Amino acid sequence: MISDDVLKKATVELLKNAVTALPEDINTALKKAYETEEDAIPKMQLKNILDNIELAQTGSLPMCQDTGIHIFYVTFGKDMVISVEDAIRNGLKEATKIIPLRPNAVHPLSRHNPGDNTGLKMPYINYRFSDKDYIEIAVMPKGAGSENMSALAMLTPSQGLSGIKEFALNTIVKAGGKPCPPTIIGMGIGGSADISMKLAKEALLRPINQRNDDSQIAELENELYSAINTLGIGPMGLGGKTTVLGVNIEYAYCHTASLPIAINIQCWAARRAVARIHPDGLIEHISHPKEVSP
Amino acid sequence: MKDIKLTTPLDEDSIRELKIGDVVSLSGTIFTARDEAHIRALEYKKEGKDIPVEFTGSAVFHCGPIMQKEGDTWHLVAAGPTTSSRMNSLEPEFIKTFGARAIIGKGGMSRPTLDAMKSYGCVYLAITGGAALLAAKGITSVKDVHWLDIGMPEALWVLEAEGFGPLIVAMDSQGNSLYENVESETKHNIKMAKQKLGLI
Repeated sequence: MISDDVLKKATVELLKNAVTALPEDINTALKKAYETEEDAIPKMQLKNILDNIELAQTGSLPMCQDTGIHIFYVTFGKDMVISVEDAIRNGLKEATKIIPLRPNAVHPLSRHNPGDNTGLKMPYINYRFSDKDYIEIAVMPKGAGSENMSALAMLTPSQGLSGIKEFALNTIVKAGGKPCPPTIIGMGIGGSADISMKLAKEALLRPINQRNDDSQIAELENELYSAINTLGIGPMGLGGKTTVLGVNIEYAYCHTASLPIAINIQCWAARRAVARIHPDGLIEHISHPKEVSP
Repeated sequence: MKDIKLTTPLDEDSIRELKIGDVVSLSGTIFTARDEAHIRALEYKKEGKDIPVEFTGSAVFHCGPIMQKEGDTWHLVAAGPTTSSRMNSLEPEFIKTFGARAIIGKGGMSRPTLDAMKSYGCVYLAITGGAALLAAKGITSVKDVHWLDIGMPEALWVLEAEGFGPLIVAMDSQGNSLYENVESETKHNIKMAKQKLGLI
């Protein structure tokens, strides 16, 4: 049986990994972007980004002061449904103090900040199920700069693929330098209004060097990646060749009368961490494989 | 690129000399202010209430830092910029009212702020978003904090800087904006992007 203590420990470790070190696919893409840029200003932005990543890793400190709002994805294995809410909440409170994380969660109207990143329905936990014999927890501490550029459109079916492409381009142009480019575009196509946005965010959990299994969607990912990078918005919106590091799309079947499309943008500091908790209490860090704790 | 060292309080002449693309580093006292601190400062001014710092000639940093308290001393952990456009509706009034000379942030600001910068002598300095530890290296101490009741990110932090940067002059006091330049280039490039996607 997996104890609350192990879950809490895993939560703290996941958050620490996420905010202090980027997954390898993101690091590789940022280094490539640095090589690609030629002009002084975009090159300097990427140099600052790479230097900062190094500082975060060596100092074991949050790379960005916006350590996000906390959305978890918990996947229960076979016969492994247990109560995780309190352990994750307590882990988040502890992580806020010791890492430290910035206390970001506030009441939406009074703007009161409890100071520990928790409040009504926050952290938010998505539950999923699998036939594995472990529990998987993923966290994506995502900043508000990129989140605030999210967009949803309920297209008509006749607008089709062209409508989707047009909407994606317009959303990126409108966002400009605000979401801390080079960004990663998460897109959700289909489902319903709420499902498409959920898919857009979930798309950001996938490494950017993995294309969608569906060949038509994979093709759209490639096409949008290459088209968006001709826009010239560049790192931090100061001009340059690298506007996006990747485009990840997920889709779902939708109502015959609808075509929902959602975009959730992720900043270059694309922090995400995934761990598996085995029945014997072993915490296996998938996204940050150097960290294994018994 | 020119590399210019400036110390606060900033005077109008040296600010008006700066051109977009110049690289600047700042020393001296700088203040953080985001949405809530802008709103409160302007409200207090209107109501004739005391404002705890002198914004005239100041550098205002759009930043919600991570701070840690050790005993009675605040220690800065990370301090990158927040998205400046959230302050678009407040900044022209803030520059006019208080005479701030430099706004530090990321992502740029809108035309009314650029106009206010031209009228009153102020610049926008871009610092790399997300690079919060690099930025923190340029801050030597936390001198004070005001308005902590609005929460750690929103509070008015008084920081001592030494070679804080590199900062790029992205909006100058002659009415030039790197963001507007990039925007008009993007408008031109969007045709190419649409062609690539088979839209035109």
